[in-house]
Amino acid sequence: MTINVLTSEPLPPAGTGGLSGRTLVIAALIVAAAAALPLVLSSYQVGLATEVLIFGVLAMSIDILAGFAGRTSLGHGAIFGISTYVVVYCSTQLGLHPAVAFALGVVAATLAAAIFGLLAVRASGVYFLLLTLALGMIVWGVCLRWSQVTGGENGMRAEARPAILANQNTFYWSVLIGTVIVSFAMWRLVRSPFGLTLRGIRDSESRMRSLGYNVPLHLFIGFTVSGFFAGVAGAFYAMFNNFVSPSTVALANSVEGVLMAIVGGVGTLFGSFIGAAAIVTLQNVVSGYTERWQMILGLAFVVVMIFAPEGIIGKLRAMVPRKTR
Amino acid sequence: MSFFQLLNGLTFAALLFVVASGFTLIFGLLRIVNLSHGALYLFGGYVGFTVVSKTGSFVIGGLGAMLAIAAIGMVLDQGLLRFVRGNDLRQVLLTLGVALFLDDLALVIWGGDSFTVPIPAVLHGSVHVLGTYYPRYRLFVLLAGVIVFVGLWLLLNRTRLGALIRAGVDDAEIVEASGVNIRRVFLFTFLFGSALAGLGGMIGGAFLSLYPSADAEILTFSLAVVIIGGRGSLVGVAVGSLLVGVLNTVGQVMFPELAYFVIFGPMVALLAFRPLGLFGRVA
Repeated sequence: MTINVLTSEPLPPAGTGGLSGRTLVIAALIVAAAAALPLVLSSYQVGLATEVLIFGVLAMSIDILAGFAGRTSLGHGAIFGISTYVVVYCSTQLGLHPAVAFALGVVAATLAAAIFGLLAVRASGVYFLLLTLALGMIVWGVCLRWSQVTGGENGMRAEARPAILANQNTFYWSVLIGTVIVSFAMWRLVRSPFGLTLRGIRDSESRMRSLGYNVPLHLFIGFTVSGFFAGVAGAFYAMFNNFVSPSTVALANSVEGVLMAIVGGVGTLFGSFIGAAAIVTLQNVVSGYTERWQMILGLAFVVVMIFAPEGIIGKLRAMVPRKTR
Repeated sequence: MSFFQLLNGLTFAALLFVVASGFTLIFGLLRIVNLSHGALYLFGGYVGFTVVSKTGSFVIGGLGAMLAIAAIGMVLDQGLLRFVRGNDLRQVLLTLGVALFLDDLALVIWGGDSFTVPIPAVLHGSVHVLGTYYPRYRLFVLLAGVIVFVGLWLLLNRTRLGALIRAGVDDAEIVEASGVNIRRVFLFTFLFGSALAGLGGMIGGAFLSLYPSADAEILTFSLAVVIIGGRGSLVGVAVGSLLVGVLNTVGQVMFPELAYFVIFGPMVALLAFRPLGLFGRVA
């Protein structure tokens, strides 16, 4: 039973070492362009761009598992949200310094991911999906019911952002720096021997096992690391939004992350930003006309699954005649 | 824990059984994890509520809920899922999209208030059971759960259709090769499983009430039941429902705010030893 058919393209050969000159130049240009955005955008649009970066990181963390380990997680929205909750709680209820709150949020998300991972690595395919979904729902249920700590349905408001980052543009740049760092880390990760092992597991678990690899251990570490990155995104989100409620850990959030990873192209890693940009833009255009965003999101999911499961990049790649490579 | 609370757990388990048995039938035979099952439950409840309010008959409400949800199941299976057949992951994610859509649609149609399906007069009040007074309607739910279990068991084990379904769970290709139109059996199972979700919504809507996030809650419980019981096993669903139902009640009594963690426990313990669930088999 093959499950992992979302990835349509064989990945480029890995292990080609560090940054080649050309990639470095392209990456630098993209980052420079992103850094220049606040100069041309309105402050509202800068807010959207910040959101794209944050959710792009979440989608990338999902893609590490979906694209490289063949395990699609529907629990990452919850891991992301745990970090958001912890950051908001620490900065309002405990009055901790924003940096400390940020670190604690990431630690909490990583721990949660480790627990999720312990349970989920034994499952594969649809079972993995179900299990991560159920775990995410449990987090949502706890956030909704444990109102003394989480504020229940009303959520919590916070001034989680440190004073120096109060300005919209400054905050955007700091998120951009954070995004560049974690993106680079994730890029290195999937190209490392560890990442190659994950790909091996995706392609054939039994082969990797017979080659002597400890499959559950690799998946566990992969899940935990991926949760760490989702936690970074969640901590940024706390500072971006200054508010958290159960909808941050709700299924729809995990679903959005997965959809972004899919739209950007599973296994492309950086495609996640394109997916995030597409979904965030869609969300904003739609909310100008109707309040039924969730309905549109559901429809988008159905349409993408039927017509373009390989994502926008994959679709374009299939349509444009190949001249490169 | 008192006897009263035990009964609460059992009646909740009966409801879970009705909902989760539909889920596991579809999962077992069609290999489709229908994540819109919770939304179908909620829709069934709302439709049942509307029909009962208009006609005043609980029975017509139940039938209406089952028919309406079977119709939605028809559209889902024939209109959408047919395009992604044979690809598990795309199927699951598609039903997830449908769940979000239906969830929001229900909010548009019925609004965000919570409703309770009106109970027929016969089932009002409470009866004296073993030294405690217990709501009559909840005992009816327990009975309904047992009836559905017996009915399903007879259907699966004593009829030709049931034999085809069981054969289909084991090896759909061989069944097809022996001249049976397995697609029709698949479609029936999908509609029947959906109708059970609708029936569950109707039954549950009368004592748990219906509100916008009820679908996610029931879906979580159903997932836990199926993860514990194993795919496609009727007995597994029954045992899973009992475990989850009773544990959830214990949890609510002892740690009201963290009840979700209590169903988490057995799932953890079980997965460590049997990743496919208590009664699950390798496909």
